[in-house]
Amino acid sequence: MARITAGVATSHVPAIGAALDLGKFDSDYWKPLFDGYDWSKQWIANEKPDVIFLVYNDHASAFSLAVLPTFAIGCAERYDIADEGFGPRPVPEVIGHPDLACHIAESLILDEFDMTIINEMTVDHGLTVPLSLMYGQPDAWPVKVVPLAVNVVEYPQPTGNRCFELGKAIRRAIRSYPEDLNVQVWGTGGMSHQLQGPRAGFINSAFDHQFFDQLVNDPDTLKKVPHLEYLRESGSEGIEMIMWLIMRGALGKKVKELYRFYHVPASNTAVGHLVLKPGK
Amino acid sequence: MNEHEEFDDIPGTTVFTTQRSRQGFHLNQFCMSLMKAENRERFKADERVYLDEWPMTEAQKLAVLARDYNAAIGEGGNIYFLAKIFATDGKSFQEAAASMTGMTTDEYAAMMLAGGRSPEGQRSIRDGY
Repeated sequence: MARITAGVATSHVPAIGAALDLGKFDSDYWKPLFDGYDWSKQWIANEKPDVIFLVYNDHASAFSLAVLPTFAIGCAERYDIADEGFGPRPVPEVIGHPDLACHIAESLILDEFDMTIINEMTVDHGLTVPLSLMYGQPDAWPVKVVPLAVNVVEYPQPTGNRCFELGKAIRRAIRSYPEDLNVQVWGTGGMSHQLQGPRAGFINSAFDHQFFDQLVNDPDTLKKVPHLEYLRESGSEGIEMIMWLIMRGALGKKVKELYRFYHVPASNTAVGHLVLKPGK
Repeated sequence: MNEHEEFDDIPGTTVFTTQRSRQGFHLNQFCMSLMKAENRERFKADERVYLDEWPMTEAQKLAVLARDYNAAIGEGGNIYFLAKIFATDGKSFQEAAASMTGMTTDEYAAMMLAGGRSPEGQRSIRDGY
């Protein structure tokens, strides 16, 4: 049977992708950030997952306002890299795992989560920057990806509770897949940041650190945080952190924290990164 | 207070609600069109002509022409869509964000390096915390 072996959370700031693509990783500005992922790169090289179930959000790339799904699962064989206005990132195409993805999609819908099924889409920095941070710059990604796109762009985003419960259903779905696969679940986005209006540049480190702690040890309290609190306390774009709750829900009751990293700033954003293992 | 009124109590912030999405539909769809290189070229060649192909309001078009992102958000624009405009201009997200705050790009970059905008006094207009 497929196994969920770890959970990873990381921010997915577009400027990180640009810094990598332009070879700026050794600059004074970016080096402290990329150094913070050295441990994780070593770790994942040893773990060698077969598939990443990658929870992210599309930033008006694949989904315009014509159709805006709340939860959309990618069942395609491959995903091209989106042109976000300055040409596509020079990274390898993303290879899917259609059979596992279809199994998860069916399982989730029968579990009463009304998923949108995607058979063709491009993926933007929300999905590719986490891959770059964890795997560097390979010629081909050494892992298959099942993308789950979550609407965090337009209010109302799904609630924290719904995200956490979806994570639990994803756990049931993956663990009922008959092939022996090493699967990691990633939650991306965050941490506190605001990209718009006179309050742009908002960072709340205290909120972010409390979020880390509660995500690890007390997700049942964290899942009840309402939209308004994210908006007030973590900036208008900080609500991306609800996607970390999907990852956490998929890991089961208890988790062991293997690694944590926090850095301000990457462009407008506080960067957070967490590696978790299911069980005590 | 209902939730929408609470949103208006957050300083310097516009929450992109379903209604705002409706208001800004054509503006945001115009932004999406800039994801194609040939459209970016046509837009850059004559911005006004390109904008006039879209059923946008005059206020939306003027906000785009002036690169006044606060005004564009006030007309229903969403920052992830508007990002296609400043990407077309070759400007970074940080430069665009700075332009909405009344700070210079350098002042804003220095604030971010120093840990970002403090949450103190930035959570609620009514309660001042």
